[in-house]
Amino acid sequence: MQEKSRGLALFTFLVFLFLLGPLLIISITSFEGGNILKFPPEEFSFRWYENIFKVKMFFITFKTSIFVSLAGNLLALLLGIPAAYALSRYDFRGKNVLNLIFVSPILIPGIVLGFALLRYVVVAYEFSIYTSLFIGHTIIMLPFVVRVISSSLSNFDFSIEEAAQSLGLSKVGAFFKVVLPNIKSGIIAAVMIAFLESFNNVDISVFMTGPGVSTLPIQMLTYVENYFDPTIAAISVLLMIITAIFMFMVERLMGLSYFTKR
Amino acid sequence: MSLFTLENIAVSYNKQHVLKDFNLEIEKGKLVSLLGPSGCGKTTTLRLIAGFLQSDEGKFLFQEKDYTKVPVNKRNFGFVFQNYALFPHLTIFDNVAFGLKLRKVGKAEIEKRVMNVLDIVNLQGFEKRYPKELSGGQKQRVAIARALVIEPDLLLFDEPLSNLDANLRESMRVEIRRIQQELGITTVYVSHDQEECFSISDQVAIMNKGVIEQLSDPATIYKYPSTKFVADFIGFKNFIDFDTVAEREGQIELKKGDYTFVIQKDGEMKNISGKTGAIRPDNLQIRAKSAADPLPPNGLFGQVNVTTFLGRSYQYVVETAIGNFVVNQEMAQPLSMGQEVILEFPKDEMVLVD
Repeated sequence: MQEKSRGLALFTFLVFLFLLGPLLIISITSFEGGNILKFPPEEFSFRWYENIFKVKMFFITFKTSIFVSLAGNLLALLLGIPAAYALSRYDFRGKNVLNLIFVSPILIPGIVLGFALLRYVVVAYEFSIYTSLFIGHTIIMLPFVVRVISSSLSNFDFSIEEAAQSLGLSKVGAFFKVVLPNIKSGIIAAVMIAFLESFNNVDISVFMTGPGVSTLPIQMLTYVENYFDPTIAAISVLLMIITAIFMFMVERLMGLSYFTKR
Repeated sequence: MSLFTLENIAVSYNKQHVLKDFNLEIEKGKLVSLLGPSGCGKTTTLRLIAGFLQSDEGKFLFQEKDYTKVPVNKRNFGFVFQNYALFPHLTIFDNVAFGLKLRKVGKAEIEKRVMNVLDIVNLQGFEKRYPKELSGGQKQRVAIARALVIEPDLLLFDEPLSNLDANLRESMRVEIRRIQQELGITTVYVSHDQEECFSISDQVAIMNKGVIEQLSDPATIYKYPSTKFVADFIGFKNFIDFDTVAEREGQIELKKGDYTFVIQKDGEMKNISGKTGAIRPDNLQIRAKSAADPLPPNGLFGQVNVTTFLGRSYQYVVETAIGNFVVNQEMAQPLSMGQEVILEFPKDEMVLVD
């Protein structure tokens, strides 16, 4: 018995090491004082954190990323909430197909989706870079919005909607007055998850960005191609912290188990 | 004076008729139950009255106005749901005040009316709580208060007690009846629980396959079911299909093969168009037969086939020349399997049904 649990403990430790080790190494190397990214660091310094704010493109692309994620998020919500509502509330022919279409951006490799978007939408309609980013990111976020909100509607008691109607609200009024307030936490979680997904996206963004306009992850990629200093580690740590704060908030709101069911 | 009328209503789901040529008239101030097995169309009828669904054909007249196309939110009917359907994000006070706020009632007036209605349903002091902090019975009382406070023209209940446990069900139904009578509010009540409907209703409509089989006061239905379905539904377990039915000297003579039965015809109540006799297991008389016993009038010889213990009494299935009969009898010494018995059909307990 003792032997067995010791083996399990070792196994668990190894799994966690495998998962978290790289993050740990990045975090440590971000404090390197020298000019080259290496592990273990030789001297301790914050200079590469300062460098993040000296490279102008980081700030510009950060703004682009935030803007694209927020705007795309808004559109994804406007499309996703009604879609999730219809999929949960009604039974209709083709429901499963629609469900599949809404999750397909998760299933299809991002590279394929990105290329297809570029080739058949962006080029065909001559969209600007901002417009393309906006469309691409809406598509990235939509499945997460639909899934998370669907799952908060899956055990929803729709009779409260009828109750509201019998008390004098129209169908639309009942949706805003009693359905929305009761899926508020689901919507917030959807916003956060979708935001992270969009903010960190590389594979679709790489096709949508172009000269002069880029998102932060793409900019980071470009930076790594040209420089090998620890700035990239420092910025990664900052992004990890932001992500951790987001996930903590989501967990607080509704529990992460929300994303594993259905 | 009738408050509302359903005329020749037809409703179908997926091309299957749930209601067809359905008619119902309800008087002001009465509590009318729709009772029947699941799938009989009672909930459909209620939802149609509420306006949650539209009929394919027919008319709904309310106070002589055509309500057929009036949407739910313009009807001013109170609806109480089986699963309470309280708004989880609002306090009890706000749940109850919901309809009043939509009606632009002044703040002081809302406060007064909500408190008053919470008083009626015995929930004083609960107004700051949230629905999840309440028990099932309390939730249903909030739901009733919420429906009552808008002073509805009609109150509709959809199996309101079926999620509650047995004891609570009994006290809640008394409560519903008390409130309904106190406020004199016309009510339509849907349930599949016979006892519940019979105990609180002025009138009961027994429904089967989208048709009202009988609409009458509970006592009449209990004693004089008009159709075989109604009789079976309310516990008449024994049926005899007679060959002939004849009226003679104020009595009715029934023949089945070589056997003759006589039943009393009392007043207008008794339906004599039917040819099927029905009797409850509790009303059949059973006793052991000794060799010399002659066949008494309204009697049958039989043999005990199955004996089951019901707690208060024993139930026997008795095989006779004209079929099997179910009999309940309280007895110190139960009859044994295969025992020869005499069954007697009391004159005033058998009824004729269609």
